[in-house]
Amino acid sequence: MLNFSLKRLASAIPTLFLLITFAFFLIRIAPGGPFDSERALPPEIEANLAAKYHLDEPLLFQYGRYIWQIVRLDFGPSFHYLDWSVNDLIIQGAPVSFTLGALALLLALMIGIPVGAWAALRQNRPADYSVMSIAMIGISVPNFVMAPLLILLFAIILGWLPAGGWEYTPSRMVLPVITLALPMIAYIARITRGSMIEVLHSSFIRTARAKGMPEKKVLISHALKPALLPVISYLGPAAAAILTGSVVVERIFTIPGVGSYFVQGALNRDYTLVMGVVILYGILIILFNFVVDLLYAWLDPRIRYDDAEVGP
Amino acid sequence: MKRMVGLLVLLTLAGCAERDADGELVRVPRLPVPVALELDEGGRPLFELLAEAQVLYRGNGEEPQTLDPHLAEGVPSANILRDLFEGLTTTDPDGRIVPGAAIHWDISRDGLTYTFYLDPNGRWSNGDAVTAEDFVWSWRRLVDPQTAAGYSRMLAPVANASAILAGDDDPANLGVSALNETTFQVLLDDPTPYFLGLLTHPTTYPVHRPSYEAHGNAHVRPGNLVSNGAFVLADWQVRARVELVRNLHYRDAANVIIERVVYFPFEDENTEFNRFRAGDLHWTFQVPSGQFRWLTENMEDALMVAPWFGTYFFSFNLTRYPFQENPDLRRALNLAIDRDIITERVSRFGEIPTFNLVPAGLPDYQPPVPEYAEWTQAEREAEALRLYLAAGYSESNPLTVELRYNTSENHRRIAVAMAAMWKQVLGVRTRMVNEEFRVFLQNRAQRRVTQVFRAGWIGDYQDAFSFLELFHSAHGRNDAGYNNPSFDRLLEQIAAERIPARRRNLMVEAERKLLADQVILPVFTYVSKRLVDPRLQGWQENVMDQHLSRHMFLVRKKDELSDSADPVDPPDQTPTESATPEPEEQHGNQAPEANGLSLSSAHPVSLSAPADRGQPC
Repeated sequence: MLNFSLKRLASAIPTLFLLITFAFFLIRIAPGGPFDSERALPPEIEANLAAKYHLDEPLLFQYGRYIWQIVRLDFGPSFHYLDWSVNDLIIQGAPVSFTLGALALLLALMIGIPVGAWAALRQNRPADYSVMSIAMIGISVPNFVMAPLLILLFAIILGWLPAGGWEYTPSRMVLPVITLALPMIAYIARITRGSMIEVLHSSFIRTARAKGMPEKKVLISHALKPALLPVISYLGPAAAAILTGSVVVERIFTIPGVGSYFVQGALNRDYTLVMGVVILYGILIILFNFVVDLLYAWLDPRIRYDDAEVGP
Repeated sequence: MKRMVGLLVLLTLAGCAERDADGELVRVPRLPVPVALELDEGGRPLFELLAEAQVLYRGNGEEPQTLDPHLAEGVPSANILRDLFEGLTTTDPDGRIVPGAAIHWDISRDGLTYTFYLDPNGRWSNGDAVTAEDFVWSWRRLVDPQTAAGYSRMLAPVANASAILAGDDDPANLGVSALNETTFQVLLDDPTPYFLGLLTHPTTYPVHRPSYEAHGNAHVRPGNLVSNGAFVLADWQVRARVELVRNLHYRDAANVIIERVVYFPFEDENTEFNRFRAGDLHWTFQVPSGQFRWLTENMEDALMVAPWFGTYFFSFNLTRYPFQENPDLRRALNLAIDRDIITERVSRFGEIPTFNLVPAGLPDYQPPVPEYAEWTQAEREAEALRLYLAAGYSESNPLTVELRYNTSENHRRIAVAMAAMWKQVLGVRTRMVNEEFRVFLQNRAQRRVTQVFRAGWIGDYQDAFSFLELFHSAHGRNDAGYNNPSFDRLLEQIAAERIPARRRNLMVEAERKLLADQVILPVFTYVSKRLVDPRLQGWQENVMDQHLSRHMFLVRKKDELSDSADPVDPPDQTPTESATPEPEEQHGNQAPEANGLSLSSAHPVSLSAPADRGQPC
């Protein structure tokens, strides 16, 4: 197990390196630069700015310089937010996105799995159909529709919750967390239902029932665990995405997370900021996929990562 | 399916929106009604009319790029910097230029030497005196190429500034000097009638040298930033809020009523609008473009629209086919546009149709109105068609043109309307190209692929030259590629002209020439538009759209005076001079000498009160 983990983590390094290289050159291809503005800069000033940020060097030099910075965990100065470094911005924004993302994830799991399992037990009955229809709505109503509707209802008409803004208080978090969680709840419910139905038809469940095991125990200790496998594989990338914030939710609720930096950074040609959030996202994806693999081994007795022979 | 569901949900919600508890229709969010304002003999609002909490919440567009006045660009940072710092001159609520850090000044007869006498009471927020030396150092820093300040050109009129900016001279040779502790002298290369106006711009503000030297680029962080304006930076959370509190060392602190200003950045205009409707903001940065009718019907008391010092226009690329050497064709396209339709049906915020580059409303400039501006639209269209045919195009041989704009719903709608007008009047085929902003800027500057493209300009200083200089053949933003030596010569004459009347005539002549050469297609004069809580007073509309928080104050709601149920401030207990604020409610930044200030001691500082936003819809 340890051996596997070390191998996996070691293999992450070349992946990250490729990601950084690809992203670095890709953003430089975009026309326009970080210091273009409607007010033209005098050429001398432009030259000084370029020199200050080393943009006057050949691209390969800049790339080398950047890689060396990354090795020292320095993401460099932001080209747009002149008073802050990318490290500052991520340190300020990431906890906000993590908090919201983690809460949304938790909410989605707490509702999605039971609801999905419940629908599976009532397969093709009215309860199943209504749950799945609601889930379909959850998936298909985009969050840029859902968020303003929630604001309209709860903040403006009812006046129960603030219309946006950010503090670490429950009242500010409720609406963004719900907005983030809704589509996830729906996905998780659908996946859980599907795999649960499949598991319930498999022979080991029949065996368990035949042995006279109480139905509750069959469901919880035998059926649920394997039924969660597809949910887990969905959660790997989904968790990385939700923890790095959502552009839409951040815009609509004015939340200072890191999600907007993906878009703002690109629009402002804030090269270093874009790189910073891309690397953050990359690390999270790799990390969560790794965690998914470990969870798989724990949940599914057929999967083992030891050097020993793989199961029957 | 997706759409239907959305529609269904919307309809359900709209249903709730229209009925309140009594089953009555409530589409209108109730704006607070302020008490009638009365002033004392000193021109200040009567104390008992002022709201309990003088905390101002302002929406402020994008996150400010920086709070270093020398590096800052853009309106959001300028708004904050005007509260934090003060230049040699500043503006009144109505936009008039009035003494700021300098209480008065002398201008030499030739208009080349300005001597500023600083207010001896001028203090930085840490108590240091604001000295002439501070300005000398700050301005040298501004023009130093190492600083790479984007707006350093603002100081170009100062002697040697251009050479220093170009790296050919030492910043120490800038034409500024400290004659003594409080006397600051500036030598100019050319008489610059708008020079005093430039000094209200954040770029020319002083920076506190010891803080800069101690903290380097981090000198603008909360805790480090020392400023000389009416407010001081208390907190700054990126993309969440910038919070200022009253600067007790400010030279005119006695007349600042607002205790705290919180600026919120918004990336989305609808979000800001929602926050205003929910009562979280007193002042918005903008107004959602599609909501004009709703706003005029339902929030008329809050909607503030006023002419602004900017023009929305399109430019022709004069260096390429089909517009190169083809002024008649350009004129035809210009005349075929019905500005009234665009402002009344498309942009719809009371923009003012125009045929000029320089907005009307400058005190000493009368834009030369071209003769076709006086015609009826039908006459203009007939002339447009005549010119179009004369240029060799016809129904069977129509012009195909590319109309380029940067991605934005409003620009798109205007472009669609223009394309339709060209089609209808002339039969022109228009291909619309929208581009992301920076791609658009680069294409404009390169002049290789552009034909007709959106432009727009908000004057940096209150002078027609701020617009005209854009079309100098060597100007960095002359994206039209206009290159007329006689126009360039006019601009150079204007810069050197010492007699105001003659200078004005030269500027009129320059604009007339530019319009005659048909370089641009002006559409309308911008308006500033925002929502303002009716309780927020003390400010006025002005053409430069500069609104300093220190002039503003919040008055009580009308029912607050008569309603004795107000739990926080029983009205029978009229506060007097002796009613000093509760010590535990004093803000951390309050210094003991605060008690000597007439207003701060007079009105209870209830900063501990929660961010009260008591106006649910």
